[in-house]
Amino acid sequence: MAGVANAPVIRVAGLSKSYETAAGLFPALRGVDLSIDAGEYLAIMGPSGSGKSTFMNLLGCLDTPTTGDYFLAGENVAHMEKAALARLRNRTLGFVFQGFNLLPRMSLQDNVALPLVYAGIDRDTRREKARQLLDKVGLGKYAESMPNRISGGQQQRVAIARALVNTPRLILADEPTGNLDSHTSEDIMRLFGDLNAEGITIVLVTHEQDIAAHCKRQVRFLDGQIVSDQLTGLDA
Amino acid sequence: MLKAMLGEAWLAMGANRLRTALTMLGMVIGVGAVVIMMAIGQGAQYAVQQTISTMGSNLFIVLSGSFTTAGVRSGAAGAPTLNVGDAEAISELEGVVNVAPTHQGTRQLVYGSQNWSSQVVGTTPPYLDARAWTIVNGAAFGDSDVRSATRVALIGKTVAENLFGDDDPVGKTMRIQQNPFIVIGVLGSKGQSLDGRDQDDTVIIPLSTAQRKVFGTPFLGSVRMIMIQAASAEAMPLVMERVEGLLRQRHRLREGQPNDFFTRNLSAAAESEAETTRTMSILLGAIASISLLVGGIGIMNIMLVSVTERTREIGIRMAIGARERDILTQFLLEAVMISFAGCLLGLLLGLGIALAINAFTGMVIVISGSAALIAFIVAATVGIFFGWYPARKAARLDPIEALRYQ
Repeated sequence: MAGVANAPVIRVAGLSKSYETAAGLFPALRGVDLSIDAGEYLAIMGPSGSGKSTFMNLLGCLDTPTTGDYFLAGENVAHMEKAALARLRNRTLGFVFQGFNLLPRMSLQDNVALPLVYAGIDRDTRREKARQLLDKVGLGKYAESMPNRISGGQQQRVAIARALVNTPRLILADEPTGNLDSHTSEDIMRLFGDLNAEGITIVLVTHEQDIAAHCKRQVRFLDGQIVSDQLTGLDA
Repeated sequence: MLKAMLGEAWLAMGANRLRTALTMLGMVIGVGAVVIMMAIGQGAQYAVQQTISTMGSNLFIVLSGSFTTAGVRSGAAGAPTLNVGDAEAISELEGVVNVAPTHQGTRQLVYGSQNWSSQVVGTTPPYLDARAWTIVNGAAFGDSDVRSATRVALIGKTVAENLFGDDDPVGKTMRIQQNPFIVIGVLGSKGQSLDGRDQDDTVIIPLSTAQRKVFGTPFLGSVRMIMIQAASAEAMPLVMERVEGLLRQRHRLREGQPNDFFTRNLSAAAESEAETTRTMSILLGAIASISLLVGGIGIMNIMLVSVTERTREIGIRMAIGARERDILTQFLLEAVMISFAGCLLGLLLGLGIALAINAFTGMVIVISGSAALIAFIVAATVGIFFGWYPARKAARLDPIEALRYQ
C-alpha cells in the first residue's frame, strides 16, 4: 500500500470555516489548500486558536466547511448529508482522541468492535476482528477487561485498535499523547510509526515538537492558515 | 445490529440499577393499578350482569288500578281492573315474548311438623320463562293445570331447605292456607336480587288455583298484575306504549280519562345499576391511567438525565460512525425496555393483588386477557412516546460539542 502514493487520500482546496460569535463572524479557517497522499505520516501543528482543531474536525467529517472543497478518497464530501458523513467516519476514517474516549461500561473487545456494530457486521466477525486488533496492539489478553482496569497508555492502544477495526483509509489522531507521560508517549508514537510502516496513512495534531518529530511531514497553522509545510526527512 | 443494541440497552439499564428500578417502579405502579382497577371494575360489572340475568331481562308489569272508598285510597292493584282477557290480548301484541298474569302474596306453608312463611305466586307457565326460572328437580306445571286449577306447586331452594330439610320435596304434599298442594318441582337457585331479597324464597302455583284456594278474588278472572317480557331492551318503550294503548281501548277509557292501571319497568333499575358499574369501572380505569402517565413522565425524566450524562458517549459513538438514527434507536430502545419490564412486573403485581383481594374479601374480580394486552400496548406506547423526545435530543447532538463535553 505504501507504493500507491500517487492518488491523494485527502485534498482540500480553499477550505474556510467561520463561526458565529457574539462579536460577529469569526473566521477559524481562511482558505486552506492541502493534499495528503496515501501512506503519509503528517503532523498538524500550531498554537491554540490557530485553526488546527477546526481543520481536524473538517477532515474528520464531524463538521462541514463554510466554503471550499474537501475530497476524501477522491469524493467531494464538503456538503454531504449527516448520515453519509457518519458512514465515512465509520468506514473511511479512524479516530484517536486525546482522552482515549473508550466507553466505560464495555469490555475492551466490545469497545474495539463498536464501529463494526454501526457498519452492520455480524457478531462473530466483530469479535474475531476486535480480537485480532487487540492482539496487534499487544492487549489481546485483556480483551474481556473493562477500560478502567488498564493504564492510560494501554487505553490509548485500545483506542488505536478501535480506529483500525474498520480498515480505514486514514487515521486521525487529535493530541494522542496529550494525556500520557513521556515514556508512554514514546510507546504510542512507536506504534503509530509501525502502523505507518505498514502503509497506513496517519494525520496527527500536536503542539509538542518532539512528538511531531516522529512524523515525516509537518504542517504548521497560524491564524487559520498554513504557514509552513515541510518534510522532516525521516522518510527516504 | 438490533440485537447488539438490545444488549447495550440492557447494559445501560444495569449501569445504574437503583435508578432504573425506581423509574420502573412508576410503570409497575401504573400498570398494576390499571390491572387491579380493571379486574375490580369488570368484576362488579360481571356481578351485576349475573344478578340481572337471574331476574329476567326486559320485563315490565301492569298493575290494576286503585279505588277510593270514603276518601281512603287503596293503592295500586286495589281495584279489579285487569283480567285474564287483558293478558291474552297483550300476548297477541307485536314485540311481546311472554305474558303472565300473576297474583302474589305472603302465606304460611306447612309440611309435617315444619312451617315457613314465604311469597306465593299464582301465575301461568310463561312466568317461568319471563323470570328465567329453571327446574332442577321434578317438572313445571302446564296450561292444563291452570285451566283445571290443580293444586300443584313449584318451590324455591330456600323453601325446600326450610320446609323439607334433607327430604326430597318432589311428590310430597304441603299445605298453603290449609289447602294441600303437591310439590312437583324445585326451582334452580338465583340468589339475591338487586335490592337484597332472597329470590329463592318463593312458591309458584297455577294462577287459577291461587285465586280460588289461596288468595280469593272478588271477581273471577280478574288479576292484580300482569308481567310482560319484551323481545329486546330497545323494543321496551314501544311495547309499553302498545300495551297501554291496548288496555285503554279494552277498558273503554276516553281521551283525557286517567289510566285505571299502572305500568312499571322492572329492568330499568337493573339497567341503571349496570350503567353505574360500567361508569365506575371506566372511572377507576381512568384514575389508574393517570398513574401510568406519571410513570411515563418518570421515564422521560430519567432518559433526559441519562442523555445529558452520556453526552460524551454519544459524541464518541457519532465519531466512530453512529448515525442519528442509531442513537435515536438506542435511547428509544432503552426507554421501551424500561417501560416493558415495568409493565411486566406491574402486570404480575396487579394480578397478585387482584387475586389476593378475591381471596380475602370474596369480591368478584374478572381478569381478562384483553386487559393484559391493553396494558402491554399502553406500556410500549408510553415508552416510545416519552422516550422519543430524549432520544431525539440525543440524536440531534452536535458530535463536536458532545465530544468536548466533560
